[in-house]
Amino acid sequence: MTTTSTTPPVRAAVAPPRATPARKGSAILSRHPRLRLGLLLSAPLVWLGLVYIVALVALLITAFWSVDSFTGEISQTWTLDNIIEVVTGSLYQTVTLRTVGVALAVTVIDIVIALPVAFFMAKVASPRMQRILVIAVLTPLWASYLVKAYAWRSVLSQDGILNWLVTPLGGSTPGYGLPAVIITLSYLWLPYVILPIYAGLDRVPDSLLEASGDLGGKTWSTLRLIVLPIIWPAIIAGSIFAFSLSLGDYITVNIVGGANQMLGNLVYTNVGAANNLPLAAAIALIPIVIIFGYLALVRRTGALDNL
Amino acid sequence: MKRTTARTRAVISGVALVSATLLLTACGTSGGGDTKAEAPTKLGDTEGAISILAWPGYVEDGSNDPTVDWVTPFVEETGCKVTTKTFGTSDEAFSLMKTGDYDVVSASGDASLRLVAAGEVAPVNTDLIENYDGIYDFLKMREWNSVDGVSYGIPHGYGANLLMYNTEEVTPAPTSWDVVFDKSGDYAGKVTAYDSPIYIADAALYLMKHQPDLGIENPYALDADQLAASVDLLKEQRANIGEYWSDYLKEIQAFETGDSVVGTSWQVIKNSLAEGTPAEAILPEEGATGWSDTWMISSKAKNPNCAYAWLDYIASPEANATATGYFGEAPSSQAACEFRTDCESYHAGDEEYASQIWYWTTPIADCVDGRTDVTCTDYSEWTSAWQEIKG
Repeated sequence: MTTTSTTPPVRAAVAPPRATPARKGSAILSRHPRLRLGLLLSAPLVWLGLVYIVALVALLITAFWSVDSFTGEISQTWTLDNIIEVVTGSLYQTVTLRTVGVALAVTVIDIVIALPVAFFMAKVASPRMQRILVIAVLTPLWASYLVKAYAWRSVLSQDGILNWLVTPLGGSTPGYGLPAVIITLSYLWLPYVILPIYAGLDRVPDSLLEASGDLGGKTWSTLRLIVLPIIWPAIIAGSIFAFSLSLGDYITVNIVGGANQMLGNLVYTNVGAANNLPLAAAIALIPIVIIFGYLALVRRTGALDNL
Repeated sequence: MKRTTARTRAVISGVALVSATLLLTACGTSGGGDTKAEAPTKLGDTEGAISILAWPGYVEDGSNDPTVDWVTPFVEETGCKVTTKTFGTSDEAFSLMKTGDYDVVSASGDASLRLVAAGEVAPVNTDLIENYDGIYDFLKMREWNSVDGVSYGIPHGYGANLLMYNTEEVTPAPTSWDVVFDKSGDYAGKVTAYDSPIYIADAALYLMKHQPDLGIENPYALDADQLAASVDLLKEQRANIGEYWSDYLKEIQAFETGDSVVGTSWQVIKNSLAEGTPAEAILPEEGATGWSDTWMISSKAKNPNCAYAWLDYIASPEANATATGYFGEAPSSQAACEFRTDCESYHAGDEEYASQIWYWTTPIADCVDGRTDVTCTDYSEWTSAWQEIKG
């Protein structure tokens, strides 16, 4: 062992940091947590505000304007005509009822199909099978919406596969019309209903089911008294997807709906064919009001608290 | 937590308020559209670029199908670089033209008069278009491409809305539109019709021939009573409609599968049916509605010289033959038929046939049939009537 005779140069333990603007800024930020939070959130909030809130407000305002029928210019005189027409016109009432009917039917069908499928995935299938099933449920989402709708168009056609299948049994295809719309939409939105219910069921501890069984609970009472209350929020979440997506749809009904039209079609023709943006905006308020009503209803049941 | 939410809400509503105000002021300053442009008397050098708004299949530069290209020769000839935007309906074209971003547009008769009235298109000096002379006379200076003797564009091509039927299901072979109106009950659920307010004219044409008491002279000039009668007829028809079509591929498929057996069609649809489809398309005894498209120049055109060059080019026999042949309609001149083999099936130049076609014209309050004692129903009334019919 040799010792060095040279002494190391004397240095301060920690050099004082140079006061660059970046450093100053970060010092300020570290002292003001609220400013930090504000900067972090402002970009997404502005985005949210512009895209959602302003768009909705603009829509609302447009509904109170009118359009010059020949030149197509929008005139900004305030009028309630569009709202009154939409609320009192028999056309809009019929179409609204039809649309809500379709959306409700789709929601109910999807939940009825999704419950057993999700239960099997979450509680019966082996872990390996579970993964395969999740992928199987997700796969249709990778295909384009239009492709799936057109596929149903040929399935439901007069010389389609459905007719070929059921003719020997004395049935026939429903053809193009509202039943076809309900079938197609139920197919399209099914993954959106299965997934939340599956996630909800996955969270139900097996021990609860076993405890219920040990205490003498039959299958149905266990499902009704234990499982259903726990997965109720998940069912509501799924229903919101199926209901709101159906409510706004206008392409499926165009492809398989025969001569029927839904609210979305009325909006579409008023923007496109009629060039009457104010009336289209007024019609677009109908589904918004319905969805808000539905959410308020759901909120009262308390289901949203657990989402 | 509660306070943050309140603050967030305040921020959002603040942003919303400011933006809404901005929006209102922005909209408030725009408006009008009374620019009455004059037609030029002579042309200058081409600008090197042109922006075209057209029906799909009217301006093909080979990007959809390398063998279909009549834009490249134009670019080489004139040096005008072409940008194209396509539209799906006349109404979309109308809204897009209002942006002022396009130099020329291919407007159907249900849009052209609206474009003129809104001041979106300028008069066209046809003397500056060499190929104008060759165009069929029965297409020139008609009520959908001229106003008060001033030309607002040049014809592109034309076609009729024919009656197509399945030869196995619909017997005896129809000769009248009654199979889709008074007798449509025989084919309930398998009747098809064109999905547009302008289809009301088809019903009006039928009533014009079968209920002369109504006094319809022109299916595009309907007073309130005449419109109501047409709407009633269409509401009866609605009960037997299988589906309405606006996408012609949907119509082709429906006839091939047998989901539709009788209804309105185009010659190009008949020609595109799969081999062996038992279908026939005819021009019924009442005549038919049809379309004759017009190339118009925007009143705000940034490239007017290139616009004139395009109008001249698309009226030239070879280009017109290629374009109309690709789309499936009759060309605008006899010379174009030299470059096409199917002119016969489209009855090109057959004046007798063409005279039975009532070309799409925008319904306006001033009756286009010349009546002055009544106000006619305009397109917006037709649109709400059409929604009412579909229910």
